[in-house]
Amino acid sequence: MKTPLSSILLVLFASFIGSFGAVFLKAGAGRLHREIRTLLLNWRLAAGILMYLASFVFYYLGVREGELSVLYPMVSLGYIWTLLWSRLFFGEPISRRKVAGLALIIGGIVVLNLGNR
Amino acid sequence: MSAIPTPPARESFRFSHHQSIGLVFLCTLFGVAAQYLIKTSANALTVLTIEALLTNWALWLGLAMYGISTGLLILALRDGELSLLYPVISLTYVWVTILSVTVFNESINIFKIAGITVICLGVALLGKGDSRS
Repeated sequence: MKTPLSSILLVLFASFIGSFGAVFLKAGAGRLHREIRTLLLNWRLAAGILMYLASFVFYYLGVREGELSVLYPMVSLGYIWTLLWSRLFFGEPISRRKVAGLALIIGGIVVLNLGNR
Repeated sequence: MSAIPTPPARESFRFSHHQSIGLVFLCTLFGVAAQYLIKTSANALTVLTIEALLTNWALWLGLAMYGISTGLLILALRDGELSLLYPVISLTYVWVTILSVTVFNESINIFKIAGITVICLGVALLGKGDSRS
């Protein structure tokens, strides 16, 4: 079974929106204090959760066709986007340890999916 | 100096790096439990009626667990670094593999064992400390 380009693009798009969802969750979480209104009136948290849901929908549409062993590890590309956005929006350093940890995780996901064929 | 004790600071409690990692760890456990319950509830949902949806306790419990999982992630992200915490969600792959082998009797092979081992190593590396330490 071949994996159609449309599926690859949908899953890539899902990982992209999902990584922005994480950015908005982090931005919203940073504004949480003891007052309940910092939770209820927190548009950043709401946007983050909506982006997560949207990412789930695109992922679901993407994996209807094509090989899961190709598409499933592609979701882990979201971790790379998140590393870049963390640097860009929150000034978090890209350390050697983060890159090594991320490489192990993505490598592990690829190997794991070889076993799911 | 006045004898009246100073009121507690309005500023909230802060989580340490390891506590934040622990929260994401819990978040992945709740996430997998939610996935399992929702999957089971979908199988039980043979006829799609409003009543069947409303009385499907596994579905609602699963959705509640997703809510708890998201709440734990938000708490963790409040004080921790996004670039360190977010990849810890990949523990989900480890739990799903363990669940599929132990509960759903799927076969285990060398790729699955190597894969979850390497993922755990990566998470452990990120969990060791934040980049300021």
